[in-house]
Amino acid sequence: MTRIDNTPRQAATGRSAVTVRGLVKHYGETKALDGVDLDVREGTVLGVLGPNGAGKTTLVRCLSTLITPDAGTATVAGFDVLRQPRQLRRVIGLTGQYASVDEKLPGWENLYLIGRLLDLPRKEARRRADELLERFSLTEAAKRPASTYSGGMRRRLDLAASMIGSPAVLYLDEPTTGLDPRTRNEVWQEVKRMVADGVTVLLTTQYMEEAEQLASELTVIDRGKVIAGGRIDELKARVGGRTLRIRPADPLQLRPLAAMFDELGLTGLATTIVDAETDSVLVPVLSDEQLTAVVGAVTARGITIASISTELPSLDEVFLSLTGHKASTPQDENPARAYEEVSA
Amino acid sequence: MSATTVEAPLAVKGDPRISPRAHLRHTGALIRRNLLWIRQDPESMFDAILFPVIFTLLFVYVFGGSIGQSLGGGQERYVQYVVPGLMAMMGMNMAQGVGTGFNTDFNSGVMDRFRSLPIGRGSVLFAKIAVELMRMLIATAVLMVVGVLVGFHITNWPGLFASVGLSAVFGSALMWVFLTLGVIMKSAQSVQAMGFLVLMPLQFGSSIFAPTRSMPGWLQNFTEYNPLSSLADAARGLMVGGPVEHGLWVTLAWSLGLTVVMAPIAIHKFRTKS
Repeated sequence: MTRIDNTPRQAATGRSAVTVRGLVKHYGETKALDGVDLDVREGTVLGVLGPNGAGKTTLVRCLSTLITPDAGTATVAGFDVLRQPRQLRRVIGLTGQYASVDEKLPGWENLYLIGRLLDLPRKEARRRADELLERFSLTEAAKRPASTYSGGMRRRLDLAASMIGSPAVLYLDEPTTGLDPRTRNEVWQEVKRMVADGVTVLLTTQYMEEAEQLASELTVIDRGKVIAGGRIDELKARVGGRTLRIRPADPLQLRPLAAMFDELGLTGLATTIVDAETDSVLVPVLSDEQLTAVVGAVTARGITIASISTELPSLDEVFLSLTGHKASTPQDENPARAYEEVSA
Repeated sequence: MSATTVEAPLAVKGDPRISPRAHLRHTGALIRRNLLWIRQDPESMFDAILFPVIFTLLFVYVFGGSIGQSLGGGQERYVQYVVPGLMAMMGMNMAQGVGTGFNTDFNSGVMDRFRSLPIGRGSVLFAKIAVELMRMLIATAVLMVVGVLVGFHITNWPGLFASVGLSAVFGSALMWVFLTLGVIMKSAQSVQAMGFLVLMPLQFGSSIFAPTRSMPGWLQNFTEYNPLSSLADAARGLMVGGPVEHGLWVTLAWSLGLTVVMAPIAIHKFRTKS
């Protein structure tokens, strides 16, 4: 029953590896999942974007057979979550929001243990543990207890543990929440490599930037319901791609500036926002050309710019654009915003 | 998995069962995990080693003289009385620890991973019990050494081993109770408090430390069917002589009852807790 196979993975075929229909899970009065539909095509990454409490983790737990949904169906790699839980567990890998490794065990022992629990023969389990430690750059820390690892190392060990059985479908539940930007990048690189190997990924995240980095399709959920879905570029177009943040030297220029952009029709599908707190105008732009045109228009008016930067839309902005209201649960962490300084 | 394997998922598709050998392998791998914990954190063995030392010295030197007198002897007489009693307590003490330890373990992320793996859900619990029984045997060995040092005479070796076995049987039955508490209760502290509340009266309302003759009638009735009394009496009978049968049967009945009722509950709760 060895599940290791080193045959090259095929590219996305369009077939659905994860199919979820009308999934419902209630906790008392709280509807954690309120009729969720989604599909993850084989060999692709689906991002599930939503604020805290949107139901992302509940979804992952249903799909990993950790909890039983109240209604609806879900199949993963052809197995039904309710009727074939044991078969299903053989084809999934799970990386939880909080690193699910045994902190008291050394890294190597963590991987060896999972290998044995996945029915690998001793020799094979040892080989696999060595191989994955190497791959995730943890060989040097192999003998140290995981409790001594840094946050990034722990997530890498967690990813390695999910890969022991070469799963067909991998769940990444907020894989970078709580990590610093450099470590987040590190984890992204690893995920990209796994995706390149052809594994199908369901990724939950609070960060638009993370979804953009890793996913090809996106499902946005709020209060247990899917509120938008589609290819990332389509959604980005609806949301407004990037946001250009311009702070004029003279705050009195704020409103004229915003009015000018609306007049010129230079902005993306979303509208210009005046951010009074930081005395800046937020202009959604769809393309590099639009960005250039906006900067050109400001220069043409002779308005002095104190600072200018582009940002990816935050989760709040995505929600605002898609639903017309803010994300329903207040964030307890600041969603990371990507700043790309523009040389003005 | 290549795309073709998704179409025809795996050889195991038709057979989701887990073979007895696989069960053993999984339990073995998890026992190794629990043993590695002890290696990483040797201090976790302190209770198993210190508990029998402290209890033996405490009871023999503090209460030994006066209780011994009522037994028609002295401290030497009491040593013969209390050491088998303390052996009955070893299983109980380890069982209590298993609940708190498991609660902490259960609330860590690694349990989610175990529960999402294709293993028998009982394996995690069986491994825990196996390791706790090993700890219990160590504690019992320490108890016997200290016991002999303070004057305990081992007269009946087969009886000694039989009482260790009986104590292990009852201890593992009790572990199912505490594993259940460990799974369903929210924090390790509450498991500990609960264990204390239940076990204190059982422990002292028994014949472990003192003969029940001088206790009031209602308490004697209680001790009669208190499994800890029965276990202590049976161990005493087996090790130093005296009636064995009543204690033995009551203990076995309790062990069987607790296991039959609590083991499925513990496994079910472990399986379904969200």
